[in-house]
Amino acid sequence: MILQTLLMALREIQRNALRSFLTMLGVIIGVGSVIAMVTIGNGATAKVRSDVAALGQNMLMVMPGAMRRGGPPTSATPFTEEDIHAIRREVHGIEAIAGTASDSAVAILGADQWSTSITGADNDYLYVRNYQLRWGREFAPGEITAGTPVCILGNTVAKKLFPDAQDYAKRIRVGRVSCQVIGVLMAKGAAAMGPDQDDLIVMPLRAVQHRMVGNTYVGMAFVKVAATARVAAVKEQIEALLRERRRLPRDAESDFSVHDLQEVAQAMSSVTAALTGLLGGIAAVSLLVGGIGIMNIMLVSVTERTREIGTRLAIGALAHEVLLQFLVEATVLSTLGGVFGILLGLGLSVLGTRLLQVPFIFGLGITVAAFVFSAAVGILFGYLPARRAARMNPIEALRHE
Amino acid sequence: MEPIISFRGITKTYGHGESEVRALDGIEMDILPGEFVGIMGASGSGKSTAMNIIGCLDQATHGSYRFSGVEVGDLSEEQRALLRRQYIGFIFQGFNLLGRTSAVENVELPLLYRRVKKKVRRARALAALELVGVGNRAHHHANELSGGQQQRVAIARALVTDPPLILADEPTGNLDSARSREIMRLLVDLNRERKISIVMVTHEADIAAYCHRVVAFRDGKIHEEPTP
Repeated sequence: MILQTLLMALREIQRNALRSFLTMLGVIIGVGSVIAMVTIGNGATAKVRSDVAALGQNMLMVMPGAMRRGGPPTSATPFTEEDIHAIRREVHGIEAIAGTASDSAVAILGADQWSTSITGADNDYLYVRNYQLRWGREFAPGEITAGTPVCILGNTVAKKLFPDAQDYAKRIRVGRVSCQVIGVLMAKGAAAMGPDQDDLIVMPLRAVQHRMVGNTYVGMAFVKVAATARVAAVKEQIEALLRERRRLPRDAESDFSVHDLQEVAQAMSSVTAALTGLLGGIAAVSLLVGGIGIMNIMLVSVTERTREIGTRLAIGALAHEVLLQFLVEATVLSTLGGVFGILLGLGLSVLGTRLLQVPFIFGLGITVAAFVFSAAVGILFGYLPARRAARMNPIEALRHE
Repeated sequence: MEPIISFRGITKTYGHGESEVRALDGIEMDILPGEFVGIMGASGSGKSTAMNIIGCLDQATHGSYRFSGVEVGDLSEEQRALLRRQYIGFIFQGFNLLGRTSAVENVELPLLYRRVKKKVRRARALAALELVGVGNRAHHHANELSGGQQQRVAIARALVTDPPLILADEPTGNLDSARSREIMRLLVDLNRERKISIVMVTHEADIAAYCHRVVAFRDGKIHEEPTP
């Protein structure tokens, strides 16, 4: 009986092809937008994760000042080169560590100028941050100890100062410092969130300290841990060591912080996941509206087919058989809408992810959920019209004009 | 012989108190198996109410209606629907076919509700269409057929289940006189050859003349029962 009712419903839908399509449209758009939102959102989350991973694998960032939620970091004593050496010497499981000092300045070459950020560091910095040279060389040991004014340009800076990509081996001005270009970095690309990673100039740490900021402080240190499993242990060791070196009492809060990039990645991806949920939820509302559209059309259909219902009841249909017929019809409508909606949603997702340059990740869970939800919408909103049909008095239904 | 339809003191009232309307007032009537009975009367005479009660679409307020000895008043709504499904075929003035559906599918409909298998269903529906003379129109949509053809399809739908009783509510009301005569001859043949009892409502005397006998209603009572 179910099978026959199903065939009957399909035929009824086919008979009113245009109207059926318009009825389904609500569900199509609802399911489609839920799937598109969630798939694109998941792609964005994955992109954020991979971007953070590109900042450096197994990386810890050590910075002065306690991190406080919502507010600026507390002002605190910066690190020194001694602190960095101590960490390198005493903490086990470190592959590389780079202390940095930073400033911002305008870089000038001839008529071209570009305002950018200056990072003072050594060759380990390039390694820890996953930067690779596309031209030139790294710093020589002598340049690092002496603080010679030589610089390695980020890709963005190189493009601005050398628009025709001519010979890079020139002296440029960085702020008030005259500086020899010795290398150019390969492009890393912009992160999904955050600044352009190619917009920087790297100079030896002491060059920045002595010639630009005028002190011997080390601002932020980047640590590459040898193995993922040791990240937490290394983090603890660094914290203990720095507390000791800074002579902090046992119960005092640390005036510095050690960040695990993995944690940052998780925090950021939880933000995009929340956004995905929110957008998906809004899209789900349109699915609900689509369900109401189905109810509306089914009510019209029941009224239109009053005589047919009367005839069916007279020739021996039971009330529950009529109920089933209309319920199945509504469910088939919404389920078909669900199928078309899935196709639409996947199409939009492919398009959207390509446009936003995030990976397309097919979500089986959300697809199945959207489909099941659309079927449920049909049953839920088809029930009222179906019950109205089933409760008709056959005499009055037959008399209906 | 036990009557297929037996009314004893059937009364039907609508409304309460002052506004009470007595549509049927103590009807006594027996219809025997194989009879072809016409029911006549002006509108408001109670003939439609009587038809609805016979067809188990409505219930009497008082009195006893036995269908082949079964007290219909004791049946639940679902049991009455099952009784319709098994024993009664309906023919309506307006044909009441499903429009954008082929003739044979229309005829299959009562068999569908009886859970008859598809192959058997199709064969019986085609046989019924053949019997009423529209076998060649089986795959046309109902709304593409002429009025006479549509009523033949409706008759095929009523008799495809081999019911002992067919109820016809002004079956020729929407047809011209030539078409009406054809339909009446068909009903007479079905009554004679397949021994189907037929109860037919009409208000035209020449149509009523095809029946074995006519029951005339007036003001909710049987006025006379002439035997032709």
